[in-house]
Amino acid sequence: MSKALLVLADGTVFEGTSFGSEGETIGEVVFNTSMTGYQEILTDPSYKGQIVTMTYTQMGNYGVNAEDIESSGGPKAEGFVVREYLDFPSNWRLQMPLGQYLRENNIVGIEGIDTRALTRHLRNNGAQMGIISTIDSDPKSLLGKIRNHPGISALDLVRDVTARESYAWNEGCWKWGIRATERQSDRYEGMAKVVVYDFGVKFNILRNLVDAGFNVRVVPAQTPAEAVLEMNPDGILLSNGPGDPETVTYGIENTKKLIGKKPIFGICLGHQILGLAMGGRTYKLKFGHHGGNHPVKDLKTGRVEITSQNHNYCVDINSLKGQVKLTHRNLFDGSEEGMEHVKLPIFSVQHHPEAGPGPNDSTHLFRRFREMMEAKC
Amino acid sequence: MPKRTDIKKILLIGSGPIVIGQACEFDYSGTQACKALREEGYKIVLVNSNPATIMTDPEIADATYIEPLSSEILELIIKKERPDVILPTMGGQTALNLAVELSESGVLDRYGVELIGAKLPAIKKAEDRELFKEAMRKIGLDVPKSAAITSMKDGLDIIEHLGFPAILRPAFTLGGTGGGIAYNIEEYRELLERGLKLSPVHQVLVEESALGWKEYELEVMRDRKDNVVIICSIENFDAMGVHTGDSITVAPAQTLTDKEYQRMRDAAIAVIREIGVDTGGSNIQFALNPKNGRMIVIEMNPRVSRSSALASKATGFPIAKIAAKLAVGYTLDEIRNDITRETPASFEPTIDYVVTKIPRFTFEKFPEADSTLTTQMKSVGEVMSIGRTFKESLQKALRSLEIGSAGFENIETNIEEIKGKLKTPNAERIWYIAQALRQGMSINEIHELTWIDPWFLHNMKQIIEMEKEIKESGVRSQESGEILRKGKEYGFSDKRIAALTGKTESDIRQMRYDMGLMPVFKLVDTCAAEFEAYTPYLYSTYEKPFYKIAECEEQSPPHPPLTKGGQRGVVECEANPTNRKKVVILGSGPNRIGQGIEFDYCCVHAVFALKELGYETIMVNCNPETVSTDYDTADRLYFEPLTIEDVLSIIEKEKPEGVIVQFGGQTPLKLAVPLEREGVNILGTSPDSIDRAEDRKRFKELLHKLNLKQPDSGTAMSIEEAVDVANKIGYPAMVRPSYVLGGRAMEIVYDEASLINYMERAVKASPEHPILVDKYLEDAIEVDVDAISDGNNVVIGGVMEHIEEAGIHSGDSACSIPPYSLQSSIVDEIKRQAKALAKELNVVGLMNVQFAVKDNEIFILEVNPRASRTIPYVSKATGIALAKLAAKVMIGKTLKDLKLHKEIEISHVAVKEAVFPFDKFPGVDTILGPEMKSTGEVMGIDEDFGLAYAKAQTASNNRIPTSGKVFISVKDKDKPHTVEIAKKLRDLGFQLIATIGTAKYLTDNGIAVDVINKVMEGRPHIVDMIKNREVNFIINTVTGAQAQKDSLSIRRSALQYNISFTTTISGARAVVRAIEMLLKKQLSIKSVQEYNKTSET
Repeated sequence: MSKALLVLADGTVFEGTSFGSEGETIGEVVFNTSMTGYQEILTDPSYKGQIVTMTYTQMGNYGVNAEDIESSGGPKAEGFVVREYLDFPSNWRLQMPLGQYLRENNIVGIEGIDTRALTRHLRNNGAQMGIISTIDSDPKSLLGKIRNHPGISALDLVRDVTARESYAWNEGCWKWGIRATERQSDRYEGMAKVVVYDFGVKFNILRNLVDAGFNVRVVPAQTPAEAVLEMNPDGILLSNGPGDPETVTYGIENTKKLIGKKPIFGICLGHQILGLAMGGRTYKLKFGHHGGNHPVKDLKTGRVEITSQNHNYCVDINSLKGQVKLTHRNLFDGSEEGMEHVKLPIFSVQHHPEAGPGPNDSTHLFRRFREMMEAKC
Repeated sequence: MPKRTDIKKILLIGSGPIVIGQACEFDYSGTQACKALREEGYKIVLVNSNPATIMTDPEIADATYIEPLSSEILELIIKKERPDVILPTMGGQTALNLAVELSESGVLDRYGVELIGAKLPAIKKAEDRELFKEAMRKIGLDVPKSAAITSMKDGLDIIEHLGFPAILRPAFTLGGTGGGIAYNIEEYRELLERGLKLSPVHQVLVEESALGWKEYELEVMRDRKDNVVIICSIENFDAMGVHTGDSITVAPAQTLTDKEYQRMRDAAIAVIREIGVDTGGSNIQFALNPKNGRMIVIEMNPRVSRSSALASKATGFPIAKIAAKLAVGYTLDEIRNDITRETPASFEPTIDYVVTKIPRFTFEKFPEADSTLTTQMKSVGEVMSIGRTFKESLQKALRSLEIGSAGFENIETNIEEIKGKLKTPNAERIWYIAQALRQGMSINEIHELTWIDPWFLHNMKQIIEMEKEIKESGVRSQESGEILRKGKEYGFSDKRIAALTGKTESDIRQMRYDMGLMPVFKLVDTCAAEFEAYTPYLYSTYEKPFYKIAECEEQSPPHPPLTKGGQRGVVECEANPTNRKKVVILGSGPNRIGQGIEFDYCCVHAVFALKELGYETIMVNCNPETVSTDYDTADRLYFEPLTIEDVLSIIEKEKPEGVIVQFGGQTPLKLAVPLEREGVNILGTSPDSIDRAEDRKRFKELLHKLNLKQPDSGTAMSIEEAVDVANKIGYPAMVRPSYVLGGRAMEIVYDEASLINYMERAVKASPEHPILVDKYLEDAIEVDVDAISDGNNVVIGGVMEHIEEAGIHSGDSACSIPPYSLQSSIVDEIKRQAKALAKELNVVGLMNVQFAVKDNEIFILEVNPRASRTIPYVSKATGIALAKLAAKVMIGKTLKDLKLHKEIEISHVAVKEAVFPFDKFPGVDTILGPEMKSTGEVMGIDEDFGLAYAKAQTASNNRIPTSGKVFISVKDKDKPHTVEIAKKLRDLGFQLIATIGTAKYLTDNGIAVDVINKVMEGRPHIVDMIKNREVNFIINTVTGAQAQKDSLSIRRSALQYNISFTTTISGARAVVRAIEMLLKKQLSIKSVQEYNKTSET
């Protein structure tokens, strides 16, 4: 149990204990209010560039397993901050303790700090860059390292997490009592084909597409629109992903070319890219939305869905000047959560209908995507 | 869409007396519902037989009926009040069952009353085991294999398929009454027979056992637009097989991955939709096989529940309040979250701490009861605690229990005993698990014995390892500072650390002060700090400090210097005390026999009163069931254990003008002297006066000074001394250890042999713990007096004449306001004496005096210069809110200021009756004695004693018959008294039957009686008659252990077959008066508000 320090860009220092890999990591420090799902959170590519603080205090309780991952190749978050790490997981699907998982994947983790105080600090002062170190115990030196970092807003993080090659996906969502191999879909013939632009896609989006009856193909973020259109998909999904949407210029350009050609469904970063592609504007929230309890109202049905959230940026729907209408609103802070094109079969949401982690209240949106295509055909 | 405008008047049904399985959580939910609905402009009609509730305060509803919860009475109320709707989901199983009864009997249709919250089909679908299972299968959810059994024969056929162990649950009973686990055919037959009898519909569910599986609960809410949210997930520490009310439970769920949690969440949502609970909250229980994750749905409560009260307190989300608003048509997104103000109620609370609930048991009251924990609930109360980690929260909960535990104390035992205690669930198991860990038992072995999830056990192991570190370090020097800090973070109390290191609690406290190691307070805010919270609902914790470094200034040191405690920076505390004038009110902790809802009622009144006077009120309590721990009762709520350590931390933070200790019963009273010693201002009667009344010697001097009488008495340090004392004062004598609550271990002995037996069996006498021997005044009338004093003037609140004679614990006796048999000169003299006592003790606030009247002589039994158990009853009977007035007096108002000049004379009669948990403890005798056994109380109110008594009996489920057969079997001493009773019963048209001795005596006195065999005299005997329901009422008094044992089966079967009975002659007399009136007059009802109006004029 070695010492670890968390230093924020404003000079705030938390002293704790290391429970992951030895080393040092820099990222934007954000907090997530989900009480379950740390494994999904860690492997969510949208957390690239960010250090995640969990507001719930007991972490590691159920260990990690091979199934509940949102990307391959281990955690994507830059670091993990928790109140108490418990190194004695208990769960029938458990394969490894969380600490070991972090160490094997070279992820730095700090525990034993007042995460509530940190959360309040971030809430009041905004998300900011921070550093966790288990090797440098001089806070001033660590602060200097933050200062020398360009900050994540300037970075195109999508490049780091997108697929290198195009691939087909055929695994459905986790269901109790059904093995992963049995969840594979092998019915390709006659199924609607969707191409997923991978800006850092969560596997659960792909799994939900399979469950909704799609033939799924994932393409790297830089894939030219023309190449995608050549595949002649029935619809295109713009995935979630990390960072500032404005840095994903190629994504915006390609999307522009796809609008009007194919039905499009955007999720999170995909929603923002869509907004930018239509000439709109995006802005950054003070500390973002990261959790699994935000109520989002579907303005068409009046129904409230409890949603999974993970974003720091938002689309300013007004800036789209009547091309779209607002379809979803976040009831916590009134922020705009979803839009629909007034003429074209295009819609998108800011939250995560795929859950993983979080509630499944919005998974019907994948069916809606399907129905939209069928209506068009 | 806003609320419904077609509704004007709403009838809300309360849950009646506090019983095991239905405690004050329903006062909390009902009160919240009333407030929420009145806020919306609806007229509220409330009915509840329990006077010790806040909901029955006249200000809470527009018309309040303290009447028996029977369908006849409900029909009268409906007829008179003509409500548009009934909200049946706030009063537990009692209200739900009544709603079903009213609905099925056509009363609701007749008066055009609609059920809101849950409709009849939903209630039936949720409550009927078979319908429920069918519904679950329909939506693809797994349920245990089972069958609903209505006969022994079917039961024996079915068990072949299910196998053992099997779980039995009688349908429609409270808290799983009569349920159990059968491991073999013999137990199975026994449980099935009992269950079939106890179930009002004679149906028992026999079920595949999920024994040892993990148990979870989800609290779900739904609105009429079908928006559904989960408020809280709860994971049981104890595995399946222990009733969830008896289980230690933890929120949120700890060992589920998100996938597994969402699967459970989806299932819960599907359940509430399929069952069709339109609006409001439900509790859904799941079992999970830890080996493979198979999940089954166990049950659903289509109403607010004990768990929803816990979930409300655990998250800050007021389920009952929101449920009430949903019932009248609001949707979740139309209701604001009070705590964050900005955000709506349509969300799922997320918490950043761990909540632990531990049930409180009182097996010491029922030594004959089987203390094994099963699927039938046996606990009488619970505590909840909040900590940042499970370890902290668990240890805080242990010391909240107030059973003398400051943590995981060492137990002198051996491994064999430990194994036994681990294998069979029992109230002390958690301490035995700690002991097992201390003695090196592996987690695996403990898990195999207990089925408790290893995650919990590992946490406990960390606590035991920490204990070792503390012990070894001795917490001697600055170097041990880190160990002390970590110990506090783990939730160790100063007292436990002191015990481990051979120091005193105040040594440890001082050491902490020196180090600057103080708890901080964090908010319960429903959102894990994502939004700002405006409601100061706080808990303590030990957290780590953090600090800020200067930006890149070359000269500045790398970081701030260390504090004396070796810390750097400051720890964040969110208490933010105000500068207002403020008072801390200490609550009463967990419900237990002897200290229940009555004290919470008083504390809440203190809060209301001081708020009225512009004080900031600060409540400290750890009982999640109560109104006092509602975040909007007091201005500030500290959900904390009521120990000197925890209370002092709050006082040091808040710096109040004073602390009120006299409303919460023994719990805060015990803290009075230690707090005063720390310089805390105790408001009201001084701790010294309290001591004068409690210390035997000083009390004797006090009475002597005032020239008042008390029964002869003495103290004994040994058996020989006890015999000497008894000989001197004469038999019968009342014996008990010094300083006890609720009459524990108190007995009446009639001769030397039984005295010696008591001394050998019940107590260990020693110079530190002498035995008190009092002359027992046989057949004396006991009288309770509650009075209020401002230090100068004293006003009598009420004089209560007990029905049962002195010697029956006052908490177990029925009593009447005004006195129903005492001469007015005696009553006047009693009042005079009470006033003299209050003056002499310089009482500022409330005082209770217990008198015994024998042959027109008045004796003082006890004086308690504090709020008593009877305060709510007296207040409801007279319409004077005594506790409120007392709180005002305690901060300096005079009775004159408060316009209370003299006592209230009422023209009606209010009878209080106690309610007992005997049905939950098979084999326990129902005979009353000096040991308090009741869990709750009811009040009957009417124009005449007989009618009020009859109502009180009906309300306590001991309905008085107006025709039929009365069985009489009394001890010799009572036989002469029985003649008149028997004669009257004959005259009233009853048939009499009696055992041979009693029959002979009555026949000799000219009364026609049939003789029936005692049980040992051959069949058919009295128990056969009871089982055949050929008896309508039983009068049974006994003396001596043998006679009591011989006649036990009579009383147990009466209880089992719900035949009303009395075990005292005084009770029998009251019953006769009640029957006389019942035959003469129609049953009628009147609201509290109407009674109060008559009293005023």
